[in-house]
Amino acid sequence: MDRRSFLKFSAASLGAGALLQFTPAQAAIPFFTRRNGEAPSPFSFVQLSDTHVGFSGPPDPLGTKAFERAVDTINALDPLPDLVLFTGDLTHDSEDASEHAARMKRFKEIASRLRVKKRFHVPGEHDSALDGGTLFKEHFGESHYAFDHKGVHFVGLDNVSSGKPMVGKEQIAWLQRDVARFSKTTPIVVFTHRPLFDLQPEWEWFTTDGDDVMNVLAPFDNVTILYGHIHRAHHRTIGNAQHHAARSLIFAFPDPATAAEKKALPFDKEHPFKNLGIREVSSSPIAIDDIELTAREISGTEGVQQLRKGGVL
Amino acid sequence: MKKFFMLAVVVIINAKRFEFSPAEVHLKKGEPVTIRLVSTDRPHGLSSKPLGIELDGNDEVTITPQTAGTFKAICDHYCGSGHGGMKMTFIVE
Repeated sequence: MDRRSFLKFSAASLGAGALLQFTPAQAAIPFFTRRNGEAPSPFSFVQLSDTHVGFSGPPDPLGTKAFERAVDTINALDPLPDLVLFTGDLTHDSEDASEHAARMKRFKEIASRLRVKKRFHVPGEHDSALDGGTLFKEHFGESHYAFDHKGVHFVGLDNVSSGKPMVGKEQIAWLQRDVARFSKTTPIVVFTHRPLFDLQPEWEWFTTDGDDVMNVLAPFDNVTILYGHIHRAHHRTIGNAQHHAARSLIFAFPDPATAAEKKALPFDKEHPFKNLGIREVSSSPIAIDDIELTAREISGTEGVQQLRKGGVL
Repeated sequence: MKKFFMLAVVVIINAKRFEFSPAEVHLKKGEPVTIRLVSTDRPHGLSSKPLGIELDGNDEVTITPQTAGTFKAICDHYCGSGHGGMKMTFIVE
């Protein structure tokens, strides 16, 4: 059974995040069949990233408005996604620990408006690199962990709290033990902050030991990596793994293939949420809707083309 | 018979929030050089993958640049609000 026949996976990195829908393909149903004989139901979830609560100043004068708009948008989805995954930089750091704590509380206030109650977080460097993750853990619990949901194994990895772009030997050994109990066909979703491959090292878009993580996951046929950090959508297939970056909810970075400098794209007052929006993906038939936060309009097929190019569809 | 050893030149890069000093270093292609990172306020990193430089805190590495060109190096140990702009340049001639 190859990856595509095992699991039909629709994915997208979304403006405001990403909504991903898993539909166990026909051939995979026996694997997922419950003891009572029922097949697990398809489900969807949303990825949100880089809300940077507390950030102020250029290029984005909107503060948390995009985040709040994203919450409203997700709450309006029907059916409601099962989960929301936050892939880091929930807050913008502050030298003042009490101010940073206040930003974490503010993040939680806004996130608590989500009707989706199963929410999971991993830190970005702005959340945890200055204090080794102490404040993050006080507010959100462990910075790496795993759980199962309807036949999919989810793993949250912390590749920021040491201050360096790395996961570290201890966490990689934990990952090795964690995934050892699964068959090679088990779908695995890893969510983390930085890319686990060298996307653009000069812009610090890499994880030093990302290859070691991917080597642990290499035996598995169906691996999806969701990350943020780069403030733009990006899709790449490497081996059996599909890597998807979500856009941010604060401002966008340019495409490193065409931009000389890592400089935030300017704020467009005519389109304040430009590059920020939600891409909703559903299956049977596959349909992708890009929803710009301000216009509330469907924008189209670009996402479909990207996913086809990336071999996801 | 006399033996000749090529001694590596040591280049010291001082790092503090949010700058490297010097910010530009010229190296000779094919000649070994030791790059020493000295973090003077808090831990910083110095990373240039094409040159094989991956340092953290107070550390050093000896490299022999094989390719002429201009190579950016960045701080890859998060150090605060100006971290994203903390970079320097190696020019290999």
